[in-house]
Amino acid sequence: MKTADEDRPARPHPVVQLTLMRLRELSREPGTLFWVFGFPILMSIALGLAFRSTGPAPVVVGALPGVSDEVTRALAAGGVRVRPLDEPTARTELRAGRVALVLVPPAAAGAPLGYRFDDVRPESRLGRAVVDDILQRSAGRRDPRAVRDDLVRERGARYIDFLIPGLIGMNLMSGSMWGIGWVLVNMRVRKLLKRLLAAPMRRRHLFYAQALARLVMIPIEIVVILVFARLAFDVRMTGSWLALALVSVTGSACFAGLAILVASRAQNSETVSGLMNLVMLPMFVLSGVFFSSAHFPAFMQPAVNALPLTALCNGLRAVIIDGAGLAGVAGALGLMAAWGAISFVIGLRLFRWG
Amino acid sequence: MQAAQTEPAVSCRGLRKIYDARRGAAVVAVDGIDLAIRRGECYGLLGPNGAGKTTTVEILEGILQPSAGEVQLLGMSWSRDDVRLRERIGVALQETRLPERLSVREVLDLFRSFYRRPRPVAALLSDVELTEKRDAWVGKLSGGQRQRLAIACAMVGEPDILFLDEPTTGLDPQSRRQLWDLVLRFRAGGGTVVLTTHYMEEAQRLCDRVAIVDHGRIIKEGSPAELIRSLGAQHVIEFSLEGGAAVAEAELRALPAVTGARVAPDGGCSLTVSEPAQALPALIALVSGRGAALARLETRHATLEDVFVTLTGRHLRDG
Repeated sequence: MKTADEDRPARPHPVVQLTLMRLRELSREPGTLFWVFGFPILMSIALGLAFRSTGPAPVVVGALPGVSDEVTRALAAGGVRVRPLDEPTARTELRAGRVALVLVPPAAAGAPLGYRFDDVRPESRLGRAVVDDILQRSAGRRDPRAVRDDLVRERGARYIDFLIPGLIGMNLMSGSMWGIGWVLVNMRVRKLLKRLLAAPMRRRHLFYAQALARLVMIPIEIVVILVFARLAFDVRMTGSWLALALVSVTGSACFAGLAILVASRAQNSETVSGLMNLVMLPMFVLSGVFFSSAHFPAFMQPAVNALPLTALCNGLRAVIIDGAGLAGVAGALGLMAAWGAISFVIGLRLFRWG
Repeated sequence: MQAAQTEPAVSCRGLRKIYDARRGAAVVAVDGIDLAIRRGECYGLLGPNGAGKTTTVEILEGILQPSAGEVQLLGMSWSRDDVRLRERIGVALQETRLPERLSVREVLDLFRSFYRRPRPVAALLSDVELTEKRDAWVGKLSGGQRQRLAIACAMVGEPDILFLDEPTTGLDPQSRRQLWDLVLRFRAGGGTVVLTTHYMEEAQRLCDRVAIVDHGRIIKEGSPAELIRSLGAQHVIEFSLEGGAAVAEAELRALPAVTGARVAPDGGCSLTVSEPAQALPALIALVSGRGAALARLETRHATLEDVFVTLTGRHLRDG
């Protein structure tokens, strides 16, 4: 090593050195490793457990005193859980949604049995249909039309299947925003940008290095989550790996552009954190990371669909769940490329080194 | 190339830098500075904080654009020869926090990658006496070691000119002396040094010539010895009277061998004196003639600080 030093070895390329600086700092900071890998995994464990699908849940109903044994027995035989409740408890349990409906005994002999339920709650309406069906049949109703149930339990339709691509998208976004925006501002605060400028460094090399460091991180980030999701929840990647790579890289590049824009003038890390949260938080809610953005009213859809994180999450879902190829994600790719390019150009113009 | 050797290392004319404040008046940080720094000399900009030293140096380093004026380094200008010039100067900013989780060697490798002919790591490390720390993280270094690493980064490209902005601010006396040796060695090797400081001792030790800077202007320039000689006296007597009693400046100036007198608002008096042997007995006679007593009396050689005080009425550290 020493003799090699004295012979002035081929000098390392500045982009390689700048990339190494970034990766070394990243890997030597235990906190960032948690945010990059630990956090999304914990998130998918927690949400995966909360929304695990374990077959159809049984219908639970309450029965006030006076409901006949014949009724409760028929319901139990049909798979409905019947909880005997007094009047006040029945009210609170119904309000809390712990029973789908409450059976009210007939006021007099020959009067009808009462179903007490809230008709805007889907599970209450389902409960009423199930309970009524069982009771009418047990009372001798015959169904005139013959039907047959064809059950399909498709992989890809569970909540966890929806969630995992969303988490990957969210992770790629925060990886680029923090990993580039925050880092650049931090370098500015520490006067490191100015010091680099005073050396014969090409300015563009610094940006190339940030991009390269992201390119090294992206596959690791994605593969860790995908492997975990496969092992823990049997979530399968069904589409083209090339399409997955393109969507991820384009998405990351898009957020890298936004990160440079956000970081272009900020003079301290508090400002840049605030700005980044301002950009990212609305997208966490609107872009369909945790639930489908289709829930938002129609007039909001054009805005929601124009967001880069919506494009990234939709693109990732199309590839991972629906098995889409390149053609299926072209729109998302175009939208993200446009966001990235525009913000990069403006960001570079505004960028302050000192 | 030979002809270029006769060019000054650094020259600038009419340098001005005006920051437009968003609201309120514009701030004039540099207000017409001319410099001609010879090759191989160590030139110091001495002045209090906020005098415009850093702005001046950063304009010379090609980091800041001047509002007016021209800069030439080694006969080249930043607008035409940016890339070539960067290879030939070395810069240590007033305060750079190098990446804390990189080792000393990794930081040097980073800076070496920017230069066409970088010096070997081992040579740089031994120059700044950090060989044993080559694998230590920057975050684990002491203040003096970090500053020496910053200077090693500045010396990676074997620069002709080394710019040091407040290189020893905040360092303990031993680290300061270690850094001075480093600068003197670089100068002994034929390098030109431009440094800013508000420590008069540093300017006196290191600099061949000093410019005293105040409010964005050079108010006096010359070798430390010349500047001190300009006081007309080599010695300083400082005293104060018991109970804070006052003496008039005019009375003190009238004493034999006294060339200047100043009375601070707190009652502390300072005389510049050519012959202490004549001035002291006269001073003591004056004091005892009044029935007053000396609370403090000190005689010392005049320093650049005294030059600054005489020129501006303020101390360097007052800011």
